[in-house]
Amino acid sequence: MSENAITEVRVAAGKHAPRARSFADHPLVQLTLVRFLEFIREPEAIFWVFAFPILLAAGLGIAFRNRPAEVLKIAVVSPGLAQSLQREKLLEVQQLDESAAQEALRNGKVALLALPGAGGAVEYRYDDTNPEGRAARLLADRAIQTAAGRTDPVATTDQFMREPGSRYIDFLIPGLLGMNLMGSAMWSIGFAIVDARRKKLLKRLVASPMPRPYYLISFLLSRILMLVVEVGVLVGFGALFFHVPVRGSLLVLAILCVLSSLSFCALGLLLASRVKTIEAASGLMNVVMMPMWIASGVFFSSQKFPGLMQPFIKALPLTAVIDALRANMLQGANLSQMMPQVGIILFWLVLCFALALKLFRWR
Amino acid sequence: MLGGNSQSALRVSQLRKSYKDVLAVDGLNLEVHSGECFGLLGPNGAGKTTTVEICEGLTDPDSGDVEVLGMRWSSDATQLRQRLGIQLQDTQLSEKLTVHETVRLFRSFFAQGADAAEVIARVQLEEKRDSRVGDLSGGQKQRLALACALVGDPDFLFLDEPTTGLDPQARRQLWELIEEFKKSGRTILLTTHYMDEAERLCNRVAIVDHGKEIALGSPRELIASTCAEHVVEFTAGSASHALDVSALRRIAGVREVRTENDAVLLQVSELHTAVPALLAELTRQNVSLTEFRTHSATLEDVFVTLTGRRLRDE
Repeated sequence: MSENAITEVRVAAGKHAPRARSFADHPLVQLTLVRFLEFIREPEAIFWVFAFPILLAAGLGIAFRNRPAEVLKIAVVSPGLAQSLQREKLLEVQQLDESAAQEALRNGKVALLALPGAGGAVEYRYDDTNPEGRAARLLADRAIQTAAGRTDPVATTDQFMREPGSRYIDFLIPGLLGMNLMGSAMWSIGFAIVDARRKKLLKRLVASPMPRPYYLISFLLSRILMLVVEVGVLVGFGALFFHVPVRGSLLVLAILCVLSSLSFCALGLLLASRVKTIEAASGLMNVVMMPMWIASGVFFSSQKFPGLMQPFIKALPLTAVIDALRANMLQGANLSQMMPQVGIILFWLVLCFALALKLFRWR
Repeated sequence: MLGGNSQSALRVSQLRKSYKDVLAVDGLNLEVHSGECFGLLGPNGAGKTTTVEICEGLTDPDSGDVEVLGMRWSSDATQLRQRLGIQLQDTQLSEKLTVHETVRLFRSFFAQGADAAEVIARVQLEEKRDSRVGDLSGGQKQRLALACALVGDPDFLFLDEPTTGLDPQARRQLWELIEEFKKSGRTILLTTHYMDEAERLCNRVAIVDHGKEIALGSPRELIASTCAEHVVEFTAGSASHALDVSALRRIAGVREVRTENDAVLLQVSELHTAVPALLAELTRQNVSLTEFRTHSATLEDVFVTLTGRRLRDE
């Protein structure tokens, strides 16, 4: 056997013939799996993505809950007035001496003080800038006038509207959902890529035969998988504990969430396309996200900003996302009714993705 | 491998690459034969990494031609990537993944190659199979990097400073693994600034400095052609009674005399005649020795002879 032949035999023995590969050994599956493992092994990320929005929703939901119709406290100094006011269910009447009553009014323990005047007249003391004071004035006056024999010329009835969908928590949950879609997409893709670039892991990956688009696609796939849990947890929490409605179709909600998430992924990818340090990346992301947290109507309506700013606010991706989510969840709108918003989301998706692909550096 | 290039795994000609104000590679020519371990030896900043990364298709040269396994990056990149094993200088693999998950990920990129478990066994990391990469020692991390380079059963392995920063035991362990790969008859291109590493692993070595090749040959040839076989290093005399260095040049068998700080370095061809003669000369000059040692000439001495600098001075 010649020298060459021996070498060839060795080489042949060292080679492994290509064999049928399982689904799990596909590079895209492996890359996506790795994304997923890296995410669940980062406890902080789990907190920010899953626990934080729920804590925020719970906290704000409790703070801004709609209380049962409130009983207003008022003070009187004469037993006669107390008796005629007793019939008004919405008032809680305390009989005090004049100085104590004056004191209670001054420090807000009662909303109104009723004093007997000369000749059966009544004097109301209250703060007219305080809605509670004004309400107490109307209620007390009605009770006293009725007790004195007044009859109302017009018959009225009351019907109470206390249904879910118009409360603060109903406004808040879609806002938080939009904010969460933005944050988790941008942080997860932006941080992971900048970190891999900093560690020269990106360079190592492109030195291997990994098909480059797979790397980016794996981020999108893992994001969509995560989305199911993320959206499910927040919407489920709102529905279960606060009866926040989902009036539109769940399919439309799912399409909106996927589109929004992809759009924010593209924005994250664009921001991370060249940055080499985590500090620079997080600064850049905060600069981009901060205006949207404030202006896009997460916690309060974006209508509160001046009309001049409205076209710009409407063009922000988060505004479009949140408006569309609210239209779906609260008004039950279908896709055709939210075309302007979907158009804006798609516009950002295409623009950011095209720019990111042009600017992206693997090292 | 392909056609007329059966003997040459890598051909580099007239390679040039400059960054902003630095000329990193300055007209370099290289030829690596199939089945050999070829070393690029030089100090930090000599252009080794730039050269290797151009050969790996990661950096575009300003000018020059590169042919790897008979193929070119411009036309055959996808095919080439499948056949190269690459270990880069200071890559940090993801710390949250385990050894097995990491190797399996890299395995998924290659059409051929052994199972992840087999490659892990080859680099002796079986016990660390399920450990997180973040918990590995420096030597274990380097072996994992080697596993990721070997996982596609490459024809050509690129190693960029594989043992830099490792302790002596970890270095020796890595050398053994590289020697194992060498035995399978495949090609290695290795960069290092450790002369002992190059001497032990490489069939041939190119010494590069300032982006240029300044010497080429087997470690033995290089040592034999540029300096005598042995180096004698000593300090003698004092400020008041200095040694007359010029007299040492007349001793039979002394090829070259250099002084480095207080020390004197002699290159000698025959130690057994030169040392008694040197001691006799010192006695004649009436100076006493304060230090004395000899060693066989190394690639470090070759580098010093060629450039007047030490490999790790800068």
